Formats: sequence, structure tokens, C-alpha cells
Amino acid sequence: MTQLAKTPVLLQRRVTNALFQAACGLSAVLAITILGYVLWFLFRQGITYFKPSFFTNLPDNVNPALGGIKHSIIGSLNLLGIALCISLPIGILSGVYQAESSGKLSNLVRFLTDVLNGIPSIVVGLFVYAIWILPYALKHPGQGYSGVAGGTALGIMMIPLVMRTTDEMLRLVPQSLWDASLALGTPRWRTMLLIVLPAARNGIVTGVMLALARVSGETAPLLFTVLGNEFLGPITGPTDALPLRLYKYATSSDPVQNSMAWSTALTLLLIILILSILARFLTRAGKRI
Amino acid sequence: MQTVPCVTVKNVSFWYGSNQALFDINMTIPQHAVTAFIGPSGCGKSTFLRCINRMNDRIDGAKMTGTIQLNDQDIREKSVSVEALRRTVGMVFQKPVPFPMSIYDNIAFGPRTHRLASGRMLDELVEKCLRDAALWDEVKDKLKSSAMALSGGQQQRLCIARTLSVSPDVILMDEPCSALDPNSTHRIEELITRLKTDYTVIIVTHNLQQAKRISDMTGFFLRGELVEFGPSETVFSTPTRTETDDYINGRFG
Repeated sequence: MTQLAKTPVLLQRRVTNALFQAACGLSAVLAITILGYVLWFLFRQGITYFKPSFFTNLPDNVNPALGGIKHSIIGSLNLLGIALCISLPIGILSGVYQAESSGKLSNLVRFLTDVLNGIPSIVVGLFVYAIWILPYALKHPGQGYSGVAGGTALGIMMIPLVMRTTDEMLRLVPQSLWDASLALGTPRWRTMLLIVLPAARNGIVTGVMLALARVSGETAPLLFTVLGNEFLGPITGPTDALPLRLYKYATSSDPVQNSMAWSTALTLLLIILILSILARFLTRAGKRI
Repeated sequence: MQTVPCVTVKNVSFWYGSNQALFDINMTIPQHAVTAFIGPSGCGKSTFLRCINRMNDRIDGAKMTGTIQLNDQDIREKSVSVEALRRTVGMVFQKPVPFPMSIYDNIAFGPRTHRLASGRMLDELVEKCLRDAALWDEVKDKLKSSAMALSGGQQQRLCIARTLSVSPDVILMDEPCSALDPNSTHRIEELITRLKTDYTVIIVTHNLQQAKRISDMTGFFLRGELVEFGPSETVFSTPTRTETDDYINGRFG
């Protein structure tokens, strides 16, 4: 005879199951609530100064309410562009190397990548300051700060992130796809370029966007390199960026500028959001099938 | 049957690290015929198949001794390019693996790699391969759509067409029907029978009926050894070894 009645053992299982289900559900709700609260708070505070002049004007010290952060937005975009130009080729190519090689050198490179990943961002800023800006500033006091140096610092921070993500995404591509291509007599490089990299493309793009989002909020490496600016200047000179502007406004003595710090933060968030959506859209459109 | 040797195998042994997978294999595979390898799982038949187009080269710690000759050319000689070898010895896998691109691009990939054709010529080549693989009528109106949307049986015929696209002499098939339904299996078997007029086909299969139906020669592998090799009629009706008899009559394996 089959036993379908509820036995004590079954009851215990059901209780355990319910407990764990509740724990998982509550944790998820908690995580989303915290995140949602941060976003909502940011939105509520930041929306105050969201008007056209905020995006088209430079800071106005006489009448702060009319001021804007145009130069910080342009500066940040330029910095991120430079960071991408540096980290994409180096990160993706070295990621391909990582995925395709094994042995001591490969393990060493992977270990160093992890170390580089763990370096505090301010150290990267100091490094760029020491080898790039300081030598110049010693001869010409107060000069040498440039957006290019800051972009380079952000690029250096992105390299290990891009490299790691490329490595991991390439390893996820099934061996069968490799075999199918190699069995046609396709050389390894061509298989990598035309079959494996496209198959891993979405994952790599997501990883690059996460890396970009991470460095876009970095303030520390910019302090020593781009310095900040009240005006829109060339990228080869002192440049302003959103995190720097945010810091400056948040620590300002002017209540209007304090409030504008929230709007600056919201702008930064929106830029990341737009870039992410754009990247998604581009990979989907660029996908051959 | 007139037999011209196509692949000649002498004293082939194979190791994965310290684990020996093949023991002193010797055989002569005839040209323009279907040769089937049967045997229980893990008996080394797939490993042996992958030796013929050197797909095992990439495996760490793999080692092979002995010689495999393709039309009197040792395939492991230094002067042999592995890309050229794999073009001559094509391979169809157990699971159909279309490239994530259009049907047309799937077939055109190999010819583009080896610069065999372009433009109008390439269009004709793609059509010919799809016709030879008995897929043309089903896909001629959607060549630009994704190959991933095809059914399993269609995908496998696409993979066969892709293999034909670089005009190989030999086609290796590693259980090409084991992921397919009986109907698709039947179509692929028909296809294999037609292919042998132009190609030498070597097929690994777990389906004994299939081996009996389509093959001219059959090799029985057991624990890394080639137990018996001969014309399929003989192997299936009057095997010389008791192990073969036991296996084809379902007494083990």
C-alpha cells in the first residue's frame, strides 16, 4: 500500500521548505527596497534643479540657481571616452590571451590582474600623477593637470575588469562551437575572431558597461589628475567631471549648490543608464542574426 | 566491391595523459564506401575517429603513436598543415552545432576561409551543398534567416552541407543521428548512402541496425582495441570473435 498520508517527516520538510523560502523572499525584498529607496531619494532630491539651464550653463557664483554643469558632463564623457579607447583594445586582447593560454605565464597574468583589480583607485590616481603630472608640475608649478591623464587613470582601472570579463565570457563559449569551426579547417585566429568572439559579444559588452559604470563614479583618481575646472577647457588641460562637481557642490557653503549636488548625482546615474541602453541597442542591431 | 584504400592505419595507440585509450589499431578503410565503427560507450571509437582529422591535437596531455595515412600521405608529418587536413577530412558531430549566423553564412563560412569562391560562384556553391545535403527545398526561401531556428534534423543536415562546402574527400561522422528522431535519422541515412559515391564516409554509431543498413565495412571496438574489422555482412552474420557475436546479439554492452 502506498503511503500518501502526511507523516511527521514530511511535515518537517514542509516547515523547513517554508522557512527557507521565506528567508530568500525576504532577503530579495530587502535588497530591492534598499536599492529602490536610494534611487527614489536621489530622484526626489535631484529633480529640483533638473531644468534646461542646468545642462547648458556653467557654474554661476553670483546667482548659483542659474548655474549648470555643462562642462562637467562634457568632461566626464570625454574622460570615459579616453578610458574606453585605452581599456578596450588592451583588455579584450589580453582577455583573449588569457582564455586561450594555460600554464605558468597565464596564471601569473591572471594573478596580477586580480591584484590590479584590488588596487584602491586613489593609488592609480597617484601613480598617474607621479609619472605624468608631477615631472611637469615641478618645472611649471600648478600646471600639468589634464583630462587625458585622468582618462588614462580611469582606463588603467578598467583594463583588469574588461580583461576578466572577456576571459570569463570566452570560456563560457561551448567547446562544440570551437570544434565545429576547427573541423572545417578554420585556423584558430579566424575561429576566435569570427565565431567565438561574436558568440561571447553580449557578455563582453555587459561587462564593459559595468566597468564603465564603475569608473564613471570614481572621484579619487581624478583629484590628482584632472584637478577640476569652473569653465569648459580643452581636454589637454584641467577638466571638470561629474564626481568632482558633485563633491565640490556637496561641500559648498551655498545651500543652492548643496542641492545641485543631488541633481549632479542624478545626471551621472542617467548618463550610465543611457549608455547601458545604447550599448544593448547597438549589440542587438549589430548582431548578424 | 572494388576497394581502393583511402585511410591506412598502422599500429595506432593513443593516450589521454597516462590513460591509454587505444591499443595498436590496424585497418585499411576503403575509398567511396561507408565504414561504421560500433562498440560500447568508452571503447575508443570516437577517440579513434578524432585521430583521423587530428581533432585531438588540442587536448592537453594527449599522445598518439603509430601512423595514419590518407592516400599514402602521413597525416602527422611536419609538412602537413592541420587546416588543409581538416579541409580534406570533414567532420559531423553528435549534436548539430550551427554557427550563430544565417543559413547562407553557415555554408559560406568554410569557402570564405579557404577562399574557394566569392560572389555568384559562392551563391552557386551554397546552393549545391544544400541540395547535396537534401536541405535546399526547405530553406531556399530563408537563406538569410538564422540557422538556429531550424529543427534538429535540419540543423544536422545543415552541418553536413557545411562539411561538404569545403569539398572534402573523407567525411567523419560521430553519432550523427543520436540526437535526432527516427524520421530525421532516416533522411540522414539516405543522405549518407548517396554521399558515398563521391566521398569516403566513416561513421561512429551506437545503433547497430543503422550500421547494418548503411555500412559496407564495420569495425567493432572494445576497451580500446579493434576486435573485428571486415565487410558488414560478414561481421553481422558470421562474426569470427565471440565478443562481437555477444555484442551484436545484445548479450552485453
